[in-house]
Amino acid sequence: MPGPLIQIDQLSKRFDKGALAALDSVTAHVNAGEVTGLVGPDGAGKTTLLRLIAGLLVPSTGKITVNGLDPVTDSGAVHRIVSYMPQRFGLYEDLSVQENLTLYADLRSVLGSDREEAFERLLGFTGLAPFTNRLAGALSGGMKQKLGLACALIKKPDLLLLDEPSVGVDPISRRELWRMVYELVDQGIGVVWSTAYLDEAEQCARVLLLNEGALLYAGSPQDLTDRVAGRTYQIRHIDTDRREVLSEATKLATVIDGVIQGSRVRLVMAEGADPPNLAPLNAGLAAEISQIPPRFEDAFMDLIGGGFRATSPFADREDSAAHTMNQVVEARALTRRFGDFTAADKISFEVGRGEIFGLIGPNGAGKSTTFKMLCGLLQPSEGSARVVGLDLQNAPSKARGRIGYMAQKFSLYGDLSVQQNLDFFAGVYGLTGKSRKDAISQMIETFGFADRLDVNAMGLPLGYKQRLALACAVMHDPDVLFLDEPTSGVDPRTRREFWTHINAMVANGVTIMVTTHFLDEAEYCDRMALIYRSKMIASGSPDELKDRARASGMMDPTLEDAFIALVEQSDREREAA
Amino acid sequence: MKDREPLALRWRRLTGLIVKESRQVLRDPSSVLIAGVMPLLLLFLFGYGVTFDPRQLDVALVVEQQSSETASFQASLENSTLFEVETGPDRRLFERALTLGELDGLIVLQADFAEKAFRAEGAPIQVIVDGGDPNTAYLVSGYVELLWANWLEQEWISRGRPALAPSVQLEPQVWFNPEISSRNYLVPGSIAIILTTIGALLTALVVAREWERGTMEALLATPVGIVELLIGKLVPYFLLGLGSMALAVITAVLLFGVPFRGSLAVLILSSSLFMLCSLGQGLLISTVTRNQLVAAQTSVLTAFLPAFYFSNFVFEIDSMPLALRLISYGVPARYYVSTLQTEFLAGDVWSVIVPDLIGLGVFALIIFALTALTTRTRLE
Repeated sequence: MPGPLIQIDQLSKRFDKGALAALDSVTAHVNAGEVTGLVGPDGAGKTTLLRLIAGLLVPSTGKITVNGLDPVTDSGAVHRIVSYMPQRFGLYEDLSVQENLTLYADLRSVLGSDREEAFERLLGFTGLAPFTNRLAGALSGGMKQKLGLACALIKKPDLLLLDEPSVGVDPISRRELWRMVYELVDQGIGVVWSTAYLDEAEQCARVLLLNEGALLYAGSPQDLTDRVAGRTYQIRHIDTDRREVLSEATKLATVIDGVIQGSRVRLVMAEGADPPNLAPLNAGLAAEISQIPPRFEDAFMDLIGGGFRATSPFADREDSAAHTMNQVVEARALTRRFGDFTAADKISFEVGRGEIFGLIGPNGAGKSTTFKMLCGLLQPSEGSARVVGLDLQNAPSKARGRIGYMAQKFSLYGDLSVQQNLDFFAGVYGLTGKSRKDAISQMIETFGFADRLDVNAMGLPLGYKQRLALACAVMHDPDVLFLDEPTSGVDPRTRREFWTHINAMVANGVTIMVTTHFLDEAEYCDRMALIYRSKMIASGSPDELKDRARASGMMDPTLEDAFIALVEQSDREREAA
Repeated sequence: MKDREPLALRWRRLTGLIVKESRQVLRDPSSVLIAGVMPLLLLFLFGYGVTFDPRQLDVALVVEQQSSETASFQASLENSTLFEVETGPDRRLFERALTLGELDGLIVLQADFAEKAFRAEGAPIQVIVDGGDPNTAYLVSGYVELLWANWLEQEWISRGRPALAPSVQLEPQVWFNPEISSRNYLVPGSIAIILTTIGALLTALVVAREWERGTMEALLATPVGIVELLIGKLVPYFLLGLGSMALAVITAVLLFGVPFRGSLAVLILSSSLFMLCSLGQGLLISTVTRNQLVAAQTSVLTAFLPAFYFSNFVFEIDSMPLALRLISYGVPARYYVSTLQTEFLAGDVWSVIVPDLIGLGVFALIIFALTALTTRTRLE
């Protein structure tokens, strides 16, 4: 048995003197012929490690060998046996599929008869053969990713490095990608797959779990998951408010972590602790608790010492959204066309007060378009959108005053301090005088900004950035809060903190509209609409959607399974028509 | 490069990169715009629009008291092709027009003009100009002075008296640009501006774009060497620059009748050297900034503006203060424009061209050494 493909020894990387280490004395190995998952939240050091392996960065201390070669001193030789697909796939968007392949074939010296053979093999493998003349920029996210993979595989490497290949790719394309990667592994290629999605770890033979530059765990994902075996439970048939049940449960010292899964609450118990007594949790008479199989994420939360436990100060806020209205958000046959292309086609739904409503769907399906029409950022071509009874077309600014909006990714002013950002957004929402002062000081108190007021937003830790973004969106006491992909790439603990705040606001009557492609997050929704190819193909609670997948013969479907089943069903119906 | 690879493979990589880059150039509307449309636009602008040749000046003549002398002076003023004259009895009639910029100058012949005109202490003639526009102000006062001297001389002669002093006879003779047409020296200057834009701005943008989109990272992870990478970028833009230069020269000569008296060889050699300076600068900027916005600003500030100011294109270097004249020696465009203007207007004047070419060559070497040093095959 030969040694491991990659050997990493006491590897550290610091970008600036005195700054936190991007990687801190990591020792690990990667084997040939299997998928190694490089798993961790944004900022954990995944990309840095991949770049070090590819010889694109030089280690501060420590050493890496790839097949016995040093990526720094033997970069030429390492580049010949390693293929690297960076984030966003490294494609030239103004070149066609074939031209991209040709370029990489030239760069990797794939010539003569091998060349045509490689093109044919890869185009077949990725299903891109019908699109060879299409510009890479005109491909969908999933197709771009396949082309990126094809370019990386133009010459069979010993080692394939994939940096977040599943970002921006819908669940269906993601499954196809995994299938392709398993085929490569069968040919003896070593694959390193980096991801912020913990559920992907379960598909890897081994994982390297990174958090804040440190290696938390290396080994089989199953071994880690087994550590919490027998400690994971689900509370079902809750006939009270499941969000309150969760909030009560996480107050218990024996509960390490808790999340909402549709109508149920999932708990991870401390080692040796018994499942909690349901009566004090106020879950209702019909509620029952039972053991369920653990997930990798449960083990991860256990490893980092549990989830977010404090209660949200929003829970104590006065119920200011005191409207008796039932339909807070109303979409009626919302349609938006861009030229010949219909981005959203007759989308209708209603959302009640204090409800969490999710728009889910693959990238480019039309959920962002729908979302933008609902918060008045985009004019509908047909149909109408009403928020708190106001038509967005007739009274856009009045309606917008009742809306809070938290954009995808970090959209605050990075060069302004926390205080300045709060001041600015208070001004934008037209708060003046005492109400402005009160709102700002309330946010400072609520989110614990007091000792960080002068820090520039850019320099905040991720968790605080999230809090600040949320604070700026809710400062004016909106009736409806729009969240656009609020926690993508965020570590699970920060995500739990975020949802703790959201749940507390909902309890006070705020209505939440959320878009997400991250289906674990969709579990927090009361109801959701699945948007696919510009149309709403299904809507209902997470459990109702799962039931529809169950009806088509699946045993215990996850929301992702349900999603895929519904999309495939829609495809079949469209083809039949 | 430590690893020895067959030359054929490296050649294949290089041609692969050149082909890729050329395809992108041809597909990118901004490169077509900068290399094709901009030269023509600049030439048309300088050919028809912008000119530094004197135009007709609008002046008002105030005659406070009519006399035969004032009538004679007025006639000579009106006969001059330079001035468009309005006449009135009081300066207050014209003050407002001067303030508004409708008049370029005000010439006042005071009440005692006839009396004092031929006295030695000087003429009672006043010229009021708008100092807010110094060029026009100097022109007006200068021309009026000349006109006055002429008129005086004529008057002395016609009155049968000898001239006060034997005046110097000026007989101007203009070499190289006999019509003193500003178009003839603006065109060579605009070629330098075009090449700077293609070399520094366009190249900086495309390389920065590769960093931003992550394609550079993908390239660096392949066996491509740094030399191949640089040459792969240079060749297409070099050719684009020369093509654009040819377009500009042909248009200038055929359409605008700008003379070309030098040799093609010198034109191509100096343009090539200058193009290398600009390309090197563009590559250097993009490697250091790695961001399209910063790259664009940096290349405008460090390449475009210096080429504009310090090349004798619009602003004459000889009339600048010493400090600025010294700075101009550090701007490659200075040498290039000097060669171009010589080539267009005078011919192969080796004593001008040889030092210019040496200057350009030295700059190209320095910039490329810097570029090769800063561009590494890593991300740091």
